[in-house]
Amino acid sequence: MKIAIRNGRLIDPASGSDRQVDVFIAAGRIVAIGEAPSGWHGNRDIDASGCIVAPGLVDLAVHVKRGTLATEMAAAAAGGVTSMVCSPDTDPVLDEPGLVDMLRWRAQSFHGARLHPLGALTKELAGEQLAELSKLSLAGCIAFSQADKPIVDHQVLLRAMQYATTFGFAVWLRPEETHLAKGGVAHEGEMATRLGLAGIPSSAEIIALATHLELARVTGTRLHVCRVSTADAVEMLREAKRRGIRVSADVAVHQLHLTDVDIGHFDTQCRLTPPLRSARDRDALRAGVLDGTIDAIVSDHTPRPDGSKQLPFAEAAPGASGLETLLSLTLRFADAVGVDPAQALAWITQRPAGVANLSAGRIALDAPADLCVFDATAYRIVNRAGLRSAGKNSPFLGYELPGVVRATVAGGHIAYELAA
Amino acid sequence: MLARKNLQLNEHGDLHHLLAIEGLPRRIIERILDTAESFVGINEREVKVVPLLRGKSIFNIFFENSTRTRTTFEIAAKRLSADVVNLDVARSSTSKGETILDTIANLTAMHADMFVVRHSESGAPYLIAQHAAPHVHVVNAGDGRHEHPTQGLLDMFTIRHYKKDFTRLTVAIVGDVLHSRVARSQIHALTTLGVPELRVIGPRTLLPLDAERLGVRVFDSLDEGLKGVDVVTMLRLQNERMSGALLPSASEYFARYGLTPQRLALAKPDAIVLHPGPMNRGVEIDSAVADGAQSVILPQVTFGIAVRMAVMAILAGATR
Repeated sequence: MKIAIRNGRLIDPASGSDRQVDVFIAAGRIVAIGEAPSGWHGNRDIDASGCIVAPGLVDLAVHVKRGTLATEMAAAAAGGVTSMVCSPDTDPVLDEPGLVDMLRWRAQSFHGARLHPLGALTKELAGEQLAELSKLSLAGCIAFSQADKPIVDHQVLLRAMQYATTFGFAVWLRPEETHLAKGGVAHEGEMATRLGLAGIPSSAEIIALATHLELARVTGTRLHVCRVSTADAVEMLREAKRRGIRVSADVAVHQLHLTDVDIGHFDTQCRLTPPLRSARDRDALRAGVLDGTIDAIVSDHTPRPDGSKQLPFAEAAPGASGLETLLSLTLRFADAVGVDPAQALAWITQRPAGVANLSAGRIALDAPADLCVFDATAYRIVNRAGLRSAGKNSPFLGYELPGVVRATVAGGHIAYELAA
Repeated sequence: MLARKNLQLNEHGDLHHLLAIEGLPRRIIERILDTAESFVGINEREVKVVPLLRGKSIFNIFFENSTRTRTTFEIAAKRLSADVVNLDVARSSTSKGETILDTIANLTAMHADMFVVRHSESGAPYLIAQHAAPHVHVVNAGDGRHEHPTQGLLDMFTIRHYKKDFTRLTVAIVGDVLHSRVARSQIHALTTLGVPELRVIGPRTLLPLDAERLGVRVFDSLDEGLKGVDVVTMLRLQNERMSGALLPSASEYFARYGLTPQRLALAKPDAIVLHPGPMNRGVEIDSAVADGAQSVILPQVTFGIAVRMAVMAILAGATR
């Protein structure tokens, strides 16, 4: 398929380019930027007048379950996401090469976003026996993770890091001390006290992060810290980077907007993991993104059936559907902190691609044709009917957000196009 | 979005559901207490029934068992001539959510007018209020560790009965505030009614981290906290909290936080003692205090019926 994207404003954070220019795509690659290649006969023209042409989004945190791959791939395309890193807590857990092969094969059949699985660091994520990291890597796992199941035994964690580092594999961990978080469903603070909800203290994150950073330091592990949620963790990461520890970090985009107060009268859409924290934490997370302490903004896409949210708060399943709001919420964040959209795009393209060591997240000659065409000045109201994901669970239902995706090109295919 | 608006009040600012004391305007609390006053007399008559809610159907839906609370609601409803149906909903381990919302849909189809709901999870009555038909009223009869608003209101009724003016009182709440829905309702009611000094007293394992943010003074020592108080309200210590990492033992708890006659003597001489029941004698309260002259624990139970009658009558619009 030969596609021309015409009249758009091309923004590529990786090269720093921001100009009005046409892009030409053939055989899954970008073949020209500016002038059409000689003898160009395209199959399709996409008119990007008034729109930004950006690299396809790279989302480092997506949860997929068996049976929902079709809808979630459609959601990714509608959200402008062309590369997604999926968590190993699928059913069954991604701890065997055959499962990884099958998942990747099925994902490829949709001709949409590239799916990059994280492998389980331990068998069944049980935190006891190492998974076959080398074999999983050959099957396509880009790094190794425990998803939301921390390794309680620190000796196992130390060995897992040593083993992964032997082969140069990165380890992705969400810092949460199991026992301190046990039973908790909301940030431990005034709001949880008022609502009578069991709290998850900030110290659960801070203690686990201290452990992870220290073990990464002694083992030389390439550590990626997932879903930072507290102010003190941001400061610890800043200090760790200053000391030269090989660490990167991401934050879920909803954490940059919401706080525990948004739970209101037990709104289960705000039941999230890690929990929404205080305004002080949110401000520190924002500052962490702005100064580069936090490398990437992610959706933490977790689709849930309606029934799992129509429950008392503590019994409701945690998580938010996020692929289709990642771009809009990042633009809204950029606007709130006074950053140009061109700079903000780096947090959802180039920077996360760097964290995951992917060749995606840039627009360059001969690079994979992964692009997102969107109107940054248009607004839309988030509603259930508009979401393609099987999960209609969003804390932002009813919000009017900036940014409307007009077209998504993934691997040279038009994965999504907004009906005119 | 629904979850962000105040569910309790209708567009005219009148009470539509009673879900929590937090957020209730003072005028509504006072109206409930004043209305309850008029029902106290009825409860002392030989014929204890008024026809205010004749033809109305009230469903007591208890997802968590509580014979005492359910009985007081049942008596209150019957004295208002309502039809009362009691449902002890067994909680299945699977599909709990379907159970709640399906139960509500089924009962609504039976033309229920009011649901009195008790649930072990904080916020469950909000879920029900959000999904109930517009004409149905929901009364929270205790949700998790969140609130128990009718208990809070009957405590206010009791305090007002003996002490008249809230704006001159020092009140102490003693014990397991962390896990107590009663304490939360009391704290919001007392601060709304203008109590100038509200104290909570307990070991730090049983107090919420940000207790001060609720407008209370925190005391570690019972002796210090009781000095000069007008009202002492004791909280029940649940059995499962008495050993483990929250407390070493019931007897050590009693040694530090049990209300004995000697400790009560530190309060004002005319101080009253409340307890939401059921009491653990010898754990949080000494029998000599529970049965003593300053105890108003039995009047609380009596007033509880009048207060619940008032709540139901006001919700049903039968008092204008």
